[in-house]
Amino acid sequence: MTFFFPTQSLSAFPPRLSPGYKSTPKRCPTKPLILMKHTLSELTGPVYGQDAVQPGDEDLTRQHAGEPLGERIIVHGRVLDEDGRPVPNALVEIWQANACGRYIHVVDQHPAPLDPNFTGAGRSKTDENGHYKFITVKPGAYPWGNHPNAWRPAHIHFSMFGHSFVSRLVTQMYFPGDPLFQYDPIFNSVTDENARNRMVSSFDLENTVPEWALAYRFDIVLRGRNQTPMES
Amino acid sequence: MTFGITPSQTVGPYFAYGLTPNGKYDWKDTFGNNLVTADAAGERIRIEGRIFDGDGAPITDSMLEIWQADAQGRYASPADPRPRNSTFQGFGRTGTDAEGRFSFETIKPGSVPGPDDTPQAPHILVGVFARGMLRQSYTRIYFDDEPGNAADPILALVPADRRGTLVAAKSVQNGHPVYTFDIRMQGDTETVFFEI
Repeated sequence: MTFFFPTQSLSAFPPRLSPGYKSTPKRCPTKPLILMKHTLSELTGPVYGQDAVQPGDEDLTRQHAGEPLGERIIVHGRVLDEDGRPVPNALVEIWQANACGRYIHVVDQHPAPLDPNFTGAGRSKTDENGHYKFITVKPGAYPWGNHPNAWRPAHIHFSMFGHSFVSRLVTQMYFPGDPLFQYDPIFNSVTDENARNRMVSSFDLENTVPEWALAYRFDIVLRGRNQTPMES
Repeated sequence: MTFGITPSQTVGPYFAYGLTPNGKYDWKDTFGNNLVTADAAGERIRIEGRIFDGDGAPITDSMLEIWQADAQGRYASPADPRPRNSTFQGFGRTGTDAEGRFSFETIKPGSVPGPDDTPQAPHILVGVFARGMLRQSYTRIYFDDEPGNAADPILALVPADRRGTLVAAKSVQNGHPVYTFDIRMQGDTETVFFEI
């Protein structure tokens, strides 16, 4: 199957300069970007060996001697292209704060406890139907210095590869109904409401496991359309 | 019917333990900055540089990813059907250090097919991610010892006075070829980025 990658679809992305998020003004290009037709270099993209994902990489609650504290959750969904077709064998990497809103990263000094049983990194590959699944704990909100009393809504960072180097996506998955949405300049850097809501997972009772874990569903759409339009 | 794509969000300041742990965290790297495989033909090279923000300060929390063809100009991708003769994958990832430095060990790519059967000079695609970047920026690394640069159809799209920002400078260190490629997000010598 041959894919193309319309740049118009990028209108769903946030602008590189989004002054409410105060780290953007000194880190965004200021000169016009060069427009070009995609060449073989842009239309190709990496594939990864079978050993890229090890059994257990998708369970963030089983990486240490004990179980992490917090609310155990299942996060799952499908990776699709712009035609709605599943993207099989897509690498999905995630990282997140622990249940207290603390990252294990050395730079994070938020005075909330680290959890010796939680690193917060996971890795999975989609199956033939584009489906992926992680088991983790629900991350906490955390403060950041962007503006007075700034708190990030709870989120899980997602990194994905699709059909080409230009379908590469790094995003954040949010949880439904978070009261911090309206105050968060990163979430609101996406100006289109429909696009913004595509970053919000949905509570999934059907896949919630009784007596064990709530489930959240997060479907991801990557750039890429088939050269031959689908019928109907 | 088409589906709207999921918007990009920043990698933020804390991606390293998940994406570039590099021995500092209890997690295995998915990708590293050494692309060389034992069976890869071609000239082994090092690419190194620094990345700077609009104040000229090093960006110490960015992630760079590169994507390139092998020495024969072939990509290890289903979208390039030409047969290859090595396990060279052509994808690398690294974080930047406290001085904004990065490096890759790789092989020099060959010339790649371009639009309308015009060959492209050897080049490497770069994706730049960082705190403060809500989406990745894309640039290209060309090589200053390649005569094909003069006829490259993509360099031709770039204003002549900015092309130099895309061309890595060769030196030889301990007998090993090194290409230096600095990335400047802003300023008079702002690196050229592409809307792709």
